[in-house]
Amino acid sequence: MSGVLPFETPLAEMRKKIEELKQFGQEKGIDFTDEIARLEERYSRLEEEIYSSISPSQKMHLARHQQRPTSLDLIQLIFTDFIELHGDRLYGDDLAVVGGLAKLNGVPVTVLGQQRGKDTKDNIARFFGSPHPEGFRKALRLMQQANKFNRPIITFIDTKGAYPGNTAEERGQSEAIARNLREMSTFGVPIVCVVIGEGGSGGALAMAVGNRVLMLEHAIYSVISPNGAASILWKDASKADQAAEAMKITAQDLLEMEVIEEIIPEPKGGAHRNYEETASAIQSALIRHLTELSAMDACELKEDRYRKFRKIGEFDFAKNEQQDAIM
Amino acid sequence: MFKDLFQKKRKYATIPSERLGTAGQPQEGERPKREIPEGLMNKCAKCGTIQYSKELEKNLKVCQECGHHMRLNALERIGMTLDETGFEEFDADMISVDPLKFPGYAAKLEQQTMKSGLRDAVVTGQGTILGQPVVVAVMSFDFFTGSMGSVVGEKITRAIEIATDKRLPLIIFSTSGGARMQESILSLMQMAKTSAALARFNEQGGLYISVITDPTTGGVSASFATLGDINIAEPGAVFGFAGRIVIEQTIRQKLPDDFQTAEFNLAHGQLDMVIHRKDMRSMLGKLLEMHAVKGGF
Repeated sequence: MSGVLPFETPLAEMRKKIEELKQFGQEKGIDFTDEIARLEERYSRLEEEIYSSISPSQKMHLARHQQRPTSLDLIQLIFTDFIELHGDRLYGDDLAVVGGLAKLNGVPVTVLGQQRGKDTKDNIARFFGSPHPEGFRKALRLMQQANKFNRPIITFIDTKGAYPGNTAEERGQSEAIARNLREMSTFGVPIVCVVIGEGGSGGALAMAVGNRVLMLEHAIYSVISPNGAASILWKDASKADQAAEAMKITAQDLLEMEVIEEIIPEPKGGAHRNYEETASAIQSALIRHLTELSAMDACELKEDRYRKFRKIGEFDFAKNEQQDAIM
Repeated sequence: MFKDLFQKKRKYATIPSERLGTAGQPQEGERPKREIPEGLMNKCAKCGTIQYSKELEKNLKVCQECGHHMRLNALERIGMTLDETGFEEFDADMISVDPLKFPGYAAKLEQQTMKSGLRDAVVTGQGTILGQPVVVAVMSFDFFTGSMGSVVGEKITRAIEIATDKRLPLIIFSTSGGARMQESILSLMQMAKTSAALARFNEQGGLYISVITDPTTGGVSASFATLGDINIAEPGAVFGFAGRIVIEQTIRQKLPDDFQTAEFNLAHGQLDMVIHRKDMRSMLGKLLEMHAVKGGF
């Protein structure tokens, strides 16, 4: 079993023992059927125990798992007829963002995603999934097109954050993100966003202003990476696990805070264990939400999106003696 | 003529003082005196020149030697920019809560209020500049490094909505270290909330002038601060998305000395102009006047 995370080690060890026993039995012609069945039962119990109580920091490692399906993996499985479109028409083509036309259940849509690399070479070409301004501007161009041709917009969020670098700053990283936030709120077509891995800060949000924001079960979404928070708060980046716990970054936390609308279940052990099952769960959620949203006209969709974000935030009013006296 | 207005000893625009005197807030005696923030003398952080604080105040907290623009508290900024009378503050008593029960947040909020005399990192309201009505939001770096949590996002959104309803121009003075980590995802969402409110204001034809002051980074720079019809910065102000240290640590890139300064941003097309503090009020006045002529706003 490759790609085992530390918290899964007991499972991996037990699996290895079972396999060894099987092999040993075969070689020596001894029947271990009962023992193996018992071990398998213990294995399922342990599996249940481990996967039903995954901590926020463990989720962080699952969300960043190298074998976790990327946007392109999921696009290929969820949609048909995907035609990739390129470039922002201003500077270049940022491979950290992919997008184009596709059909969902036979209906044309615009689909966009933040794209991590599958290996080191791919990762370097795609800046590890961290978009430059041209990536956000490509996304904006394709979304404006979707709005013009009245196609729903689907985005997949999977980035550590917008690319931090001199070139990105020179070309207006802040402006690219801010413009997307503003423009996405104005489109008269349905927008559904799915956080499939890591939703890192402004770079994630710049493609996630949707009528519905969904998250895969073990995805995370946060204002700053737990590593970044730890180094700022406690001057110690190695306290990322502690920061992950404090920051409420899991899909379950965000659903509770009413920042997202739904959690899409993952196969046991995480999305990387079964791409097809993951894709199929996302596909049915997308179809259901888009069907619901199709009942709204352009104005209602805009209003719905405005209200979704307008209500987020918690605050209070100081007790003011003077005010009390007036009242 | 505008110069005369400046040299005149002006008081801050009126802010009801009783809001500072409630329970949990610093009492009158303990509040830091803003007239002489660091004693009688003040040392410029950039060139090291020591000058009389009073002289510095007169010079709008710009170093007489090197022209370094020092950071201003929101109330100082309002005093320097708006007309002396008629400022009406919005949501003066809105305060932050601790929605995530984040370790140390509640205590830090209290400490920030003591330090700055403010309830959170932004003051919003309506007033006039050279007689022209305007809705303003003024951020303050001395409260929690100007970070944006729910209160900053909500107050700015409300100010934008008031400007939209009343068909008034809007000026936001930004200064911020970014989104407030202690409110995590709620802080991040304030970027979308404020930007969406600006979209509505924009669609209605409202004039929004963004004034970027030192420093403006992260979540604030990547939302309302860059969305002005006109983006102005003070000289030397740091303005960018990812901070220098973050960039140097993550990608180990050598950065130019003027990286992310107002001048760097002007050269890269991110700003309309860089304006000296002494000319800011008159420039804003001129811009407001030019947009008022057409009628409507």
